[in-house]
Amino acid sequence: MKADSNRLLLSGNHAVSHAVKLVNPNVMPVYPITPQTPILELITEFHAAGEMTGEIMTMESEHSAMAAAITASLTGVRVFTATASQGLLLMHEMLHYAAGARAPIVMFNVNRTLGSPWGFWPDQTDSLAQRDTGWIQYYCENGQESHDTTLQAFRVAEQVLLPAMVIHEAFYVSHSMEAVELATQDQVDAYLPDFNPPHRLDPQIGESWGNTVSQVMFQNHRRDMGDAMERVLQVAKKADQEMKELVGRGYGIHEQYRCDGAEFIIATMGSMTGTVRDAVDELRADGLPVGLFKIKLFRPFPIADVREILAGIPKVMVLDRNFAPGTGGILYQELKAALYGLEDAPEIHGYLAGVGGTNITPAAIKEMVQSAMGEKPSAHSVWKG
Amino acid sequence: MGYEINEEKVFSSGHAACPGCSEALAIRFVLNTLGRDAIAVVPPSCIAIISGPQPLSSMGIPVYQTTLEASAASAAGIKRALVSKGNDHTNVVAIAGDGGTYDIGFQALSAAAERNEDIIYICLDNEGYMNTGSQKSSATPSMAFTTSTPAGKLSPKKNVPEIMVAHNIPYMATATIGYPDDLARKVKRAMEIKGGLRFINILTPCLTGWGVPDSAGPKTSRLAVQSGIYPLYEVENGEFYTLNYGPNGLSVADYVTTQKRYRHLSLENIELIQAEVDHDWARLQKKF
Repeated sequence: MKADSNRLLLSGNHAVSHAVKLVNPNVMPVYPITPQTPILELITEFHAAGEMTGEIMTMESEHSAMAAAITASLTGVRVFTATASQGLLLMHEMLHYAAGARAPIVMFNVNRTLGSPWGFWPDQTDSLAQRDTGWIQYYCENGQESHDTTLQAFRVAEQVLLPAMVIHEAFYVSHSMEAVELATQDQVDAYLPDFNPPHRLDPQIGESWGNTVSQVMFQNHRRDMGDAMERVLQVAKKADQEMKELVGRGYGIHEQYRCDGAEFIIATMGSMTGTVRDAVDELRADGLPVGLFKIKLFRPFPIADVREILAGIPKVMVLDRNFAPGTGGILYQELKAALYGLEDAPEIHGYLAGVGGTNITPAAIKEMVQSAMGEKPSAHSVWKG
Repeated sequence: MGYEINEEKVFSSGHAACPGCSEALAIRFVLNTLGRDAIAVVPPSCIAIISGPQPLSSMGIPVYQTTLEASAASAAGIKRALVSKGNDHTNVVAIAGDGGTYDIGFQALSAAAERNEDIIYICLDNEGYMNTGSQKSSATPSMAFTTSTPAGKLSPKKNVPEIMVAHNIPYMATATIGYPDDLARKVKRAMEIKGGLRFINILTPCLTGWGVPDSAGPKTSRLAVQSGIYPLYEVENGEFYTLNYGPNGLSVADYVTTQKRYRHLSLENIELIQAEVDHDWARLQKKF
C-alpha cells in the first residue's frame, strides 16, 4: 500500500466500521450477533486505541441497545449501532419507537436468515420485515457501497429527523474481502455538519417526549413522519450527488445498468445485483436486450421513479432473496403495487431466488431470463434456485 | 431520623393521580429533592399518568416516556449522551413501577447495574400491575389477591432490594411514603454518591389495588415497616448495611387485616405469612 493511499483490503463489515470511525458518533450501544459482530469489534478496537472518543455501551440485548440509542439521540447527539437477524427482530418494538421519536439514529443491519430453524445465511427477510417501522432503508451490494452509504445515512437521517438503516447481506458481503477506498477525515468533516438539534432532552429547554397524546395529535404526528419520509427521496439524491462531488463515488437511490434499449429488466437489491450485472453482460453479448434495475433506497420506496423507469418495458423479472409466506417476494409485491394502474406497465415475473442464502449463479439467472421471455407471468412468486 | 426535608418545587399539584395516591407523594419527595437539573425516564405506569398527557406535565423537568421494559437502558442512554457533551452534573432518574422493575424491566436494570451506569433508579413498588387494574407481579407478596391471582398468590415476593445489593452497586435503599424524611434523605444520599447506579425501592401502597381508604396510604406504609414486612434500610457498595426502621412489635395480622386484598386469609394463612416474615427479618438482621 502506498503511504498516501486510502485504499484498504477490507471485509464489508470492516468497511462499515471505518465509516463509523470517520463519523465518530457520541454514543454507540452495541450487542454482538453473527454476522454483524466484526462491525462492533473493530469499532471497540478503534475506541480502545483512542481513535474514537464516543461512549461505548456494551448492552445486554439488542432491545436495550436500541432503547439507549433512542434516548441518546434525543439528548441531541449522533448515535450508531449495528445488528442482524434475530437482533433486529428483538428491536422491532424500539424501531417503531425510534421513528416515532424522530431520532436520527444510524444503524447497520447485516441480513441473515430468521429462525426457526436456525441458520446464518444471507436472506433479506429480517430487514424487509421492518419496512413499516418508519426507518429509511438502504440496501448495499458491496463493502465500498456500505462504507459510503453509512456516511450518507447520517446526513439524510439528520436532515429529515428519521432513523436510517443501512443493510448488506451475511457473508457474501459482510465477510468478503474487497479493496475499499476509504473517505478521508477531511471529506467526512466537510460532508457531515455538526449535529445540534434544537429540540432535545435538556433541563435548560424543558421539553419532554413520549407521553400520551390525543387521537388527532397521534394522526398528525404520523402524517408529519410521512411527509419527512417523502422528503427523503430528494434529500437522499442530493446527499448522494454531493458525496459524488466530494469523494468521487455516487450510487443514486437506484441504478439502471445497461437499460438503454432494454426490453427486459431484472429488478433486485443487495448482493444479487453484482451477480445480475455479470448475467446482463453475458446476455447483452448474446444480443439480448436485457438490463438491470437496482433498488438501493427501499424506504421510502421510490414509486414515481419506478413508474417512470419501467413504463413501456415489456417485461420485468424480480429476484427476491427474501420470502413473506402468503404473499411471496417482498420486492415483487412492492414493485407490482408501485406499477398498478400504469397504462404501459410491464408484465412482472416474481422469482424467489436465493432465499436462505442458496447460491444463484449468472448462468442460473440467464436461464430464468430465457424461460421468462417465453412465458406469461404467474400472479404469484415462483420458486427458483 | 432528624433529616429536614428541603423541597424545590419541581412536582406540581393538579396531576391525574387518585386522591391520596401514595405514588404521587413519593414522586413529590423524589423530584423535589432532585431539583430542576434532572431528566426523568418513565415507563407506561401510573407514574406516566401522573406525569401528564402531552402537552401538559406535572413534572418541571424533561420527561421521556419509554417502553415498559426499557427504563434503565433509556436512562443510561441519556446519561451517556450528556457525558459525551461534557455535562457531568444533570441527574438522570428512572421512575418505574414494580412491574417495570421486578418483571419486564429487570434485564435492562440488572445490566445497567452491572455496567454501573451513573443513574438513579427509583422503583415505586405497589406490589402489582395496579395501572392495568391490579394484576400480580413478582413484587406481589404471598397470598395477596390480585385479579390474576384471585385465590391469592402462591409464591413470595421477589427480593429485588437484595438482588440489587448483590450487584455491588454504590447505593441501595428501601423507603416508603410513611417516613417522608427518611425517603427524602435517601434521595439526597443517592444524589451525593455519583458515578454509579443508585437504586431506591419505595413501597407505595395502592389504595384501590390493596383495598384501603383514601387516607390510609401513609398509615398502611408505616404498618408494613412496623410489622417487619418491609424494613427500611440502606446498603452502600454492596456490603455496608444500615437499618433505619425495623419491626416494633406489630404483627402480620395487624398489617393484613386493614387491607381488602387479604380478606380471604384464614388464621393459618396469616401464621404462614408471619413465619415467612420472621424468617426474612432474621436473615436480614444478620447483615446490620
